[in-house]
Amino acid sequence: MAEIDTHTQNLAARRPLSPHLQIYRPMLTMTMSIMHRITGAALYAGTLLLAWYLIALASGRAQFEVASAVLGSAPGLVVLFGFTWALFHHFLGGLRHLIWDMGHGMDAEGREFLAKATLTGGITLTVLVWLVAFAVA
Amino acid sequence: MANDPSSLKTAASQIRFLGTARSGTRAAWAMHVTSIVLIPLSIAFVFILVTLVHKDFVKAHAELGRACPTILFLLFVSASIYHMKIGMQSIIDDYIQDTHWKSWALVANLSFCATVGLASVYALLKISFA
Repeated sequence: MAEIDTHTQNLAARRPLSPHLQIYRPMLTMTMSIMHRITGAALYAGTLLLAWYLIALASGRAQFEVASAVLGSAPGLVVLFGFTWALFHHFLGGLRHLIWDMGHGMDAEGREFLAKATLTGGITLTVLVWLVAFAVA
Repeated sequence: MANDPSSLKTAASQIRFLGTARSGTRAAWAMHVTSIVLIPLSIAFVFILVTLVHKDFVKAHAELGRACPTILFLLFVSASIYHMKIGMQSIIDDYIQDTHWKSWALVANLSFCATVGLASVYALLKISFA
């Protein structure tokens, strides 16, 4: 794409920009917004883990043992726990966005409530599912 | 951007055919639809994963070899891949502007999503049919 010419660049360098990250105190709702994006990106990367597990299962016992061992190791379990939390947090955040898309929950109390519900719901669901998974095993 | 005085093209022709940033209606609607179908599909995904935990090779193979979990996984993978492709594209659009890196990033995003998606679909079908 074409670069901006130097004259425009100089003018742009001298124009004041509205500061945001430099001055805003992190509020719950704006933090939740960027967390929705960050968990989404983390899930994006985590699909590699899912694909690896499935390909290992399809490829044979040897590959599956390797994948199982790595994913079941201590750091592997930490990663899987984080991935589970990212999934639930992004899932509930998505529900929050769908509620907003229908026009509800946009007042001050609604926003705060939805944000807190997403946060606590995500952690609760993660812990619950992991407890169930370890109880079932 | 559309202001390069050394270019022989007019401003309008400098921006033509660059395409939309996908903040348009089609991508937004696709995000809505994939989000909605991913509600039941994610729940099914977690359910099936929990049944797969701690299963050894033979049992895991048997579990995913059945029709129901395989079909649900295939649906989950398809919806997720489309969902994450659009999502990552909006991240790229937000943070990488006006450099040649943007085109490469968009191509990389598409390649990654297609590769992970098709690899997962292949694996699921192989488990069921082989």
